[in-house]
Amino acid sequence: MEAKTGTWTEKKGLAQMLKGGVIMDVVNAEQAKIAEDAGACAVMALERVPADIRADGGVARMSDPDMILKIMEAVSIPVMAKCRIGHFVEAQILESIGVDYIDESEVLTPADEDHHILKHNFKVPFVCGCRNLGEALRRIGEGAAMIRTKGEAGTGDVVEAVRHARTVIGAIRQLQGMADEELMSFAKNNGAPYELVKEVKDLGRLPVVNFAAGGVATPADAALMMQLGVDGVFVGSGIFKSGDPARRAQAIVKAVTHYQDAAILAEVSKNLGEAMVGRNVSQMPEAEKIAGRGW
Amino acid sequence: MKIGVLALQGDFAEHVSMLKRIGVEAVEVRLPEQLNGLDGLIIPGGESTTIGKLAVAYNLMEPLREFGKSHAVWGTCAGAIFLSRDIGRDQPLLELMDIKVQRNAFGRQVDSFETDLEIDELFKTTGTEHPYHAVFIRAPIIESVGGKARVLCALADGRIVAAQQGHLLATSFHPELTNDTRFHEYFISLAS
Repeated sequence: MEAKTGTWTEKKGLAQMLKGGVIMDVVNAEQAKIAEDAGACAVMALERVPADIRADGGVARMSDPDMILKIMEAVSIPVMAKCRIGHFVEAQILESIGVDYIDESEVLTPADEDHHILKHNFKVPFVCGCRNLGEALRRIGEGAAMIRTKGEAGTGDVVEAVRHARTVIGAIRQLQGMADEELMSFAKNNGAPYELVKEVKDLGRLPVVNFAAGGVATPADAALMMQLGVDGVFVGSGIFKSGDPARRAQAIVKAVTHYQDAAILAEVSKNLGEAMVGRNVSQMPEAEKIAGRGW
Repeated sequence: MKIGVLALQGDFAEHVSMLKRIGVEAVEVRLPEQLNGLDGLIIPGGESTTIGKLAVAYNLMEPLREFGKSHAVWGTCAGAIFLSRDIGRDQPLLELMDIKVQRNAFGRQVDSFETDLEIDELFKTTGTEHPYHAVFIRAPIIESVGGKARVLCALADGRIVAAQQGHLLATSFHPELTNDTRFHEYFISLAS
């Protein structure tokens, strides 16, 4: 048999290797090394972390390929990079330079307000954000091989990450209690592909790996998301906007492994220095929230 | 029979469910005392740098080396790297198997692949003959085997993807991502 690349098993499989781990946002090779040394299972290469994207305003786009390549050279762990929602040419560029995973991300300014990228057209796997089960299954239907709950990126406030994880996991529980004849209207009401609704009911979980993202700033936040039932955690601004990034990064890695052990969580939470200042999502104007981007 | 799966990071849950499918009790191992009473241990796929750092941080290196002297241990992908003696770069290794491993030997994720393998010893032990379908993800290769380690399987071009040293087993692919339980059964035969 000829070797086959870019298969669904391969795409989903890399995300399975990331489980129980922390994926960290980094803006240069030096930060990427710090993340790898701290035990990150992958890094997300981008020009500005979400907190800075918020502060700077303007249009946020795919990062400079040269900067991404420098990060790929600096570390041995997988490197992810972001493209705008619907911007399939940015995705083609990221695929051609060999990134390991593409995040079609609401953190960047959307390029298409009706459509996402048809991710089945690519050999490289994609991760996409979601706020609820319907959104997750639409993205998987388009070919996303990994899902992350969105949270509210760049805030350091975990409240939206909790809301989205609870919403997704709660809907899966609800689905498991349903009779088969109820699944079509669930699919209709949630805007989700029927076949995937059936699959989720049978599996009792999403058919791909599901990480939490958006607002995780402390080891306790990371362990909270793990106990709620996600497979791992993205930390964006929370590490390199804190007082001691290396120490905080190590602590969050340990917290994700030992998420059920309160004594270890207490130990790793000691003397971490300043957490990122953060912004309270409940006091944020609706127009500043980015989790609503995605269709 | 009780098998531990090192659960520091990676796809340990997939190994646990494979073991359950073949009727073997499986437990997650995150701390040294959790090795007590186990008949064997699987080190899963994941990121070998992450797994190594966490093993050092929670004082697992010596207990794992001690365990491996007298018990079956199987490493898949990152686990195979962790079991090896030499990978040509500086990261924590158990150095239990006399194999030299090269990380990410096939390239990046877009080069990850699936293929069929002929593994005579696996076929003999499980009484089967259909090919073994293997999933490689940013996979390492075993550059060379030394001492008592021997080649279990190589690709057509000669690159080694599985090796065995007595009760120790290393595969650069992921049997836990397939529906084929033969490799897990083979490992259980080493643990018995």
